[in-house]
Amino acid sequence: MAQTKSKKIPLTGDQAVATAMKQIGPDVVAAYPITPQTEIVMYFSNYVANGQVSTEMIPVESEHSAMSACVGASAAGARTMTATSANGLALMWEIVYIAASLRLPIVMPVVNRALSGPINIHCDHSDTMGARDSGWIQIYCESGQEVYENTILAVRIAEHKDILLPVMICQDGFITSHAVEGVQLFEDKLVKEFVGEYKAAHPLLDVENPVTYGPLDLQDYYFEHKRQQSESMKGALKIMPELFKEFEKTFGTKYDFIDTYKLEDADIALIALSSTAGTARGVVDVLRKEGVKAGLLRPRVFRPFPREKILAALKNVKALAVFDRAESFSAEGGPLYTEIKAALYDSDIKPLVTNYIYGLGGRDIFPDDIKKVYSDLGAALKNKKVSNPINYLGSRE
Amino acid sequence: MAMVEVCWHGRGGQGAKTASQFLGEAALDIGKYIQAFPEYGPERAGAPMKAFTRISDEPIYVHSSVKNPDVVIIIDPTLLGAVNVTEGLGDDGILLVNTDKSPADIRKETDFKHGKVGTVDATKIALETLKIPMPNMPMLGAFLKVNSIVSIDEVSDIVKAKFIKKLGEEKTKANIEGIKRAYAELKIG
Repeated sequence: MAQTKSKKIPLTGDQAVATAMKQIGPDVVAAYPITPQTEIVMYFSNYVANGQVSTEMIPVESEHSAMSACVGASAAGARTMTATSANGLALMWEIVYIAASLRLPIVMPVVNRALSGPINIHCDHSDTMGARDSGWIQIYCESGQEVYENTILAVRIAEHKDILLPVMICQDGFITSHAVEGVQLFEDKLVKEFVGEYKAAHPLLDVENPVTYGPLDLQDYYFEHKRQQSESMKGALKIMPELFKEFEKTFGTKYDFIDTYKLEDADIALIALSSTAGTARGVVDVLRKEGVKAGLLRPRVFRPFPREKILAALKNVKALAVFDRAESFSAEGGPLYTEIKAALYDSDIKPLVTNYIYGLGGRDIFPDDIKKVYSDLGAALKNKKVSNPINYLGSRE
Repeated sequence: MAMVEVCWHGRGGQGAKTASQFLGEAALDIGKYIQAFPEYGPERAGAPMKAFTRISDEPIYVHSSVKNPDVVIIIDPTLLGAVNVTEGLGDDGILLVNTDKSPADIRKETDFKHGKVGTVDATKIALETLKIPMPNMPMLGAFLKVNSIVSIDEVSDIVKAKFIKKLGEEKTKANIEGIKRAYAELKIG
């Protein structure tokens, strides 16, 4: 073997997820392979076949069945995981909502990929942005390291007795899922201790204390159940910081709802999810050397929407570009843009705001593209207005 | 040290992705920050494809593909006419080609006037060492000659670790022999 001087090991984002799943050792994984999530299922199946985990692996015939099996297993009291992408997520749609409504703490890594059609296997966020109203917590990751760590963290978030909501951990298809980077892994023992043993509060298999999951719920109580779900999502905003702190204490990485870069004194700033924020970081450095006060904000958590955190971080920004790797066909811009604008409406800050829809179907986004956006923001600042509220960055006109 | 960006041109099945990863893994092993990733398209054996390696002393945050490589490595010489292989290659760029031709011939063929051009008959070396026309490991050896970010010993360690179980001792040795021979036989002009 090579002498390992670095503690990091080379892993793709998918391998990083599979490794986290191995260390978590869920009771049940029900999954169907789909590009670019396939490697997660492939590696994890190997761990099961080799006896490295004692997980009950259910190879199903579709994603609808995968999520259905997850719902059954989780309701029975099992720590349950699956993973998917794009059309797979779309196929499990019906049950995605049911999982959240039944308050089942299922953890699902999602490798973001464009929804068909036309058919496309590459990255955009149309899949999980479509599921933003399904009642799942959504965490977006910039790198393989982050997706590894967030998969472990997500177990605790989902299972927290005052949250009890399923969690999606999103990473960019191919861009991080298939890129090899050095990933610092935690000791198995530490991960096991951190996630702890799962004890479901109301398992179906507890025959001494019988419960019902998923009964008919009409005008009488459906509304109250939806309200509870909503309160739980709001409550997650208060509880998650405790879990971030515990994660930092155990593993050393500091997490928050958002990640900012040189934003404190920035005049112009960009908001982007996942790997694109990494590319923008380098552009900020270049612009700062040129004397441009550029900054960056990356929401890590999109559901629940960390409004207060975002507003506090933007308080000095004068012009803002919101990047959306998804089109919502609202004729009013992408999903992140509309949420940011809504958050700004009743705040004390009123920066100029503009939307850039980019990277659909895996269209690459280069530092030069991002530099152009900062230059647009500079011009907007000078003219005291944005030239176009909604822009399509990198698309042929 | 600034970041080194390498672009590998090959055809599906020739091991460009593997070579890009081995280089990255050897660099990671000595404490560098790395990325190694292929350009995914329709994956077909024989179709032109690219893979990239980034190596740096600083954390790497950029997540786009490599537009301005420092080194371009052509694993399959038939790509010279089919793909614009010198695209984005700057004045100090290095072009390494698996061919029996001289660097001067390649300069004429590609109209690449700057930097350095290196040639080595990696397919012949692979046939003589491995007994199969798999030129990826010899081309990795050619890279090590023009860029000392990782040493030939460090790469050999990674190749050993990766191949010994999968290919056995004899073929692992043959791969390392291929790397060393291309390192020695690379012509630069």
